[in-house]
Amino acid sequence: MRLQSTGDGVSADQTPRRTADNARTGIMRQVLLKPTVGPLIVLLLFCTVFSLATHTFLAAGNLSLVVQQSVIVGTLAIGQTMIILTAGVDLANGGIAVLGTIVAGRLVAEQQNPALLSLLFALILCTGFGMTAGLLVSRLMLPPFIVTLGLLGIITAITRLVAHGGAFPVTDDLLAWPGNAIAVGDTSITYGMLIMFGLYLLVWYLLTQTAWGRHVYAIGNNREAARLVGIPVQSRLLSVYTFAGFLYGIGSWLALGRIPNADPNALQNANLDSITAGVIGGTSLFGGRGSLWGTLIGTLIVAVLRNGLTLTGIDPLWQDLVTGILVIGAVALDQVSKGKQR
Amino acid sequence: MKDNQMRIVTKTPVMSYDNAGDAGNRDKRAGSLRPTSERGRWRSCRRIAIALLATVAAATIFAAVSTVANAAGDEILIGLVTKTEVNPFFVKMRQAATAEAEKQGAKLIARFGKFDGDNEGQVAAVEDLISAGVKGILITPSNSTGVLGVIKKARDKGILVIALDTATDPADAVDATLATDNFEAGVLQGQYARKALGDKTPKLAMLDGTPGGTVDVLRHDGFLKGFGLKEGDPAIVGKQITHGAQDQGQTGMENLLTAHPDINVVYTVNEPAAEGAYAAIKARGKSNDVVLTSIDGGRLGVQYVNAGKIAATVMQFPKIMAARGVDYVVDYAKTGKKPSGFINTGASLITDKPFSDLPSKDTKWGLENCWG
Repeated sequence: MRLQSTGDGVSADQTPRRTADNARTGIMRQVLLKPTVGPLIVLLLFCTVFSLATHTFLAAGNLSLVVQQSVIVGTLAIGQTMIILTAGVDLANGGIAVLGTIVAGRLVAEQQNPALLSLLFALILCTGFGMTAGLLVSRLMLPPFIVTLGLLGIITAITRLVAHGGAFPVTDDLLAWPGNAIAVGDTSITYGMLIMFGLYLLVWYLLTQTAWGRHVYAIGNNREAARLVGIPVQSRLLSVYTFAGFLYGIGSWLALGRIPNADPNALQNANLDSITAGVIGGTSLFGGRGSLWGTLIGTLIVAVLRNGLTLTGIDPLWQDLVTGILVIGAVALDQVSKGKQR
Repeated sequence: MKDNQMRIVTKTPVMSYDNAGDAGNRDKRAGSLRPTSERGRWRSCRRIAIALLATVAAATIFAAVSTVANAAGDEILIGLVTKTEVNPFFVKMRQAATAEAEKQGAKLIARFGKFDGDNEGQVAAVEDLISAGVKGILITPSNSTGVLGVIKKARDKGILVIALDTATDPADAVDATLATDNFEAGVLQGQYARKALGDKTPKLAMLDGTPGGTVDVLRHDGFLKGFGLKEGDPAIVGKQITHGAQDQGQTGMENLLTAHPDINVVYTVNEPAAEGAYAAIKARGKSNDVVLTSIDGGRLGVQYVNAGKIAATVMQFPKIMAARGVDYVVDYAKTGKKPSGFINTGASLITDKPFSDLPSKDTKWGLENCWG
């Protein structure tokens, strides 16, 4: 028997009699192997349906708008995806980003500090909280769900304290820079969008082309086995959470760029939204499987759905319904295709 | 390896030894029906994928087609963005706007935030409405400064923007504001509370809404002015945040009563919070000792006044706000005329125990004119 690797495991070499069988399942198998193809089909389906339902959907300005609306959750979802790949989950990502906006905003507005230093301080603060979560998860072996849940409560309290109770406008140029746009024909591309795409490219490269990325997938797949094979699990986990914290800091800058208002009530559902984006995009919540581009597609699916429903004037409850179906379907697909036999 | 998985040697490999057929479906564990062969798995996989795609496609197409079928060609599109769908005040506003739009032959697209204070949801909704080509946008801002950027974008495109119920900050960021004068409403509430308390030393509890909310701040300050107290006066024994929700109103009141059992007058920011507060007061057996006041004027609130649970409430007229807003947009679309400034839709004190020097209406009038 020649053992060959398929996307799912090693399997025995197929005899000629089963080739016909495989041809039938061949294409489907390829489709389902690459976790991004399914979500891509769903995204294209939605785009098609909405562009048929209304002529305002395919306008270049509208498509740019949809991407702009995805920038904040999309960036948070990068960190979330990395953490989910290690079989963890991060409930505090929205909270960390909001704290970043409040801290940066307050430093600039009230204390007249230079914007660059305020932004750097906020970035360091967010990275620090990411590192805290990472230490608790890697050294103390605490479940990420609980760690980030507790951290979220702490961060929310700190945010309210620093914000003195209310939202306030942030009018600094540097902090609002990601909202500035380059006009391209009829439409505009904001620097925030470019930063988001840049981050996706960077993290994709790290996850797929470097040893660090291989280790991240390995840890999510089977932590014990990864440790036995010699992967430094603790330091990899710490690096993942710390890097995710840094990304949330960038997310807070992008949030200020999009809406120049530091609001302690913002991004309350961003944690669940980023998990939804990751799951719809094909990342397995059990860890070790998934593609970063799938997360981007998942974010876009949610944004396209909401935008399209408003353009066509359909009741927004359909958005919750369809999103729920997509999430359950994506997880079911992942569960079955992975073929867990424990 | 091209795929994004790393196979670890300790993982159990899947091997089908049987070349003669589908005996891989034979499961070693008794009673399990799960397919264990690869082929069986792909089959279920495929079924789920197809079912999923079909459901999603069907749902989307159904929703889209039913809307397209109903849509006329050249209707005037109006956008309405309310704070939430949780507070009946905004639900009634949406319903009144929808009805008025139908009467005028226009189409209303209504969106709302996920919670009181959801600025991003409102910003995204306004952006989408601009894309949809609405002629006017009616908005109850959750955050009076957070929506300024997107309102400017709308006005730059020639869309009429009217703020309902809550002003923006600055107020001239929108074309016009249709609202209750919330400060005046708070003053009426405070004046009544002071009179109802009579000569007793006030021990005031304040159940506020959302921190930093414009309406919440105005009502709070108005109440204190009408009551005759300054902020920080020791007569104010406690404050709690309720976000205008019933459950938080109840918890807040319970906590305040535990800390200060001698509370005899309560300010609530709206009627859902007052309902919650009443439940807490009743549970303590203090319903006769506490003067409970509120603002809103919904049907339930007026019934509460009728039943003696709330001493008085100040009625607002959100249906007028919504309907007039729709009319202004239709007018603008047809003639280009824009409204401007602050248009007061009025506030009325509703109580069954009036005082001669404080004008008010009784609950009978209240039930006829309430918005719920």
